[in-house]
Amino acid sequence: MNIKKRESTDWLLKQVFKAAGLVTIGLLAGIFLMLLYNSIAFFADVKPVDFFTGSQWDPESSTSKYGIAPLLVSTGLVTLGAMVIAIPLGIFTAAFLSELAHPKLKTILKPVIEMLAAIPSVAIGFLGIVLVGPGIAKIFGIQNGLNALNGSVLLAVMALPTVITISEDAINAVPHSHREASLALGANKWETLFKVTLPASLPGLIAAVMLGLGRALGETMTVLMATGNAAVLPKGFLDAVRTITATIAIEMGEVPYQTTHYFALFAIAVVLFLITLAINLLGEYFANRLRKFHA
Amino acid sequence: MNEIKLSAHNFNMYFGKKQILKNINIDFPKNQVTSLIGPSGCGKSTLLRSFNRMHDLSPDARIEGDIKLDTLNIYDKKTSVTELRKRIGMVFQKPNPLPKSIYENLSYALNIHSFSKTEIPGLIEKALKESYLWEEVKDELKKPAVKLSGGQQQRLCIARTVVLRPEVILMDEPCSALDPISTNKIEALIMSLKKDYTIVIVTHNMQQAQRISDKVAFMYLGELVEFDTCENVFKKPQKELTKNYVNGHFG
Ligand SMILES: Nc1ncnc2c1ncn2[C@@H]1O[C@H](COP(=O)(O)OP(=O)(O)O)[C@@H](O)[C@H]1O
Ligand SMILES: [Mg+2]
Repeated sequence: MNIKKRESTDWLLKQVFKAAGLVTIGLLAGIFLMLLYNSIAFFADVKPVDFFTGSQWDPESSTSKYGIAPLLVSTGLVTLGAMVIAIPLGIFTAAFLSELAHPKLKTILKPVIEMLAAIPSVAIGFLGIVLVGPGIAKIFGIQNGLNALNGSVLLAVMALPTVITISEDAINAVPHSHREASLALGANKWETLFKVTLPASLPGLIAAVMLGLGRALGETMTVLMATGNAAVLPKGFLDAVRTITATIAIEMGEVPYQTTHYFALFAIAVVLFLITLAINLLGEYFANRLRKFHA
Repeated sequence: MNEIKLSAHNFNMYFGKKQILKNINIDFPKNQVTSLIGPSGCGKSTLLRSFNRMHDLSPDARIEGDIKLDTLNIYDKKTSVTELRKRIGMVFQKPNPLPKSIYENLSYALNIHSFSKTEIPGLIEKALKESYLWEEVKDELKKPAVKLSGGQQQRLCIARTVVLRPEVILMDEPCSALDPISTNKIEALIMSLKKDYTIVIVTHNMQQAQRISDKVAFMYLGELVEFDTCENVFKKPQKELTKNYVNGHFG
């Protein structure tokens, strides 16, 4: 009797977990299908070739241009810059926290870093307008500091807590016996960190980078406020840019319902979605390839 | 004949306020196997780890007295701990291959100590042969080391130590996680290694201690109770405590 009861509980719980998993997958699929459905309407009006190769995004003009390139390059620039700053800084901070920092310093630093994650993106946007932007303008001797570089710096700040926290977990999860093995062979602290501990935590570090990248790619408010909002093809980090997310946020509120312009915003959302998906799958693939070296 | 390779003099060791090792005086003869035996928690591992300064990592560890490798005082401020650990290798209780390939587990050690790129493959092959592992792994050196069996992993860890040509090899219960067949292989390996190396091994297994040791040190509650030839410790122990322990009356 008792066994039967346990088996039925077992069955029930299995179903609950399965359902929870399916809901997540269902949501993801639902969102994607909704975006896809609306963008199909867009591609009925505009040729995919024009969408992907056109160098102008100007839906309001009489000749309405729907080239995604300026937005895509903007998103790419800002995100790339953010990652170039956040990845090394984040991983080194994590390594410092887990391997070198005095326990007392650690108890101060960790909450500070976590607090960084709690700052609303609007506040970071302000910071970009009044502090970082003008700073960049001064350093590079340009008129206006609201540009891609400004966005990169701010997004790096926003991605850092994620990168640091996940990286630190990954580094901490490396068994102590690996470090001992390395040290007992006569390696010093640095050799052990760079040649054993960090490589051993690489799958986790990749996950950290992916999450940080996701944060940067998807961030809207900060880039909307601090990157100058010019939907023209940028030539470099010191040009004003407008990311995909900012474009959707700005234009969605004003665009007439179910027009080509309206559908176009779904199409660029699909592109962003696919980029995020591809990056995550790639990260997963590399992390799995590395995992076979672990017990 | 009985040249002393490694020795401790009036050696005390503390973790925080707690004294773990009490006035240890011991000499390890060159090219012999010395076993450290004693009940769990008596300080065998702690003593072993004092010889290659593994306690440097614990902030609350404190030592008094000295330990010498030949004439080098290993706790001297001028002694390089990385050089020391090249001369005194260590094999741990649980096999701990690095999460790298079989080959890289050995090349790592060699690269750290700047061996020339051209001699590395030869040194690796030699060490794997000496560790009775070559035949089993020679075709799959690129395979992750964790894919080996426990016994093979432990022999890899020994090979990784041997490849640096140390003078002393410390082993902390190297067979405790292994099956009897793997244990036999490791014991045979230890016997063949002693012609080139001075070996200090911690073991819980009395039969093993009798099979492989030249000398045996019995420790109890942080003190060195008896230190003599293997024969004497097991057949004619001087102390009542030693007799009770080797006859399995406690432990
Ligand atoms: N890092 C440490 N910090 C504090 N106490 C320790 C530490 N390592 C070992 N000890 C203590 O030292 C004593 C001896 O431990 P150990 O040398 O591991 O014994 P054995 O190897 O003989 O079983 C034990 O009481 C243990 O609790
Ligand atoms: Mg022990």
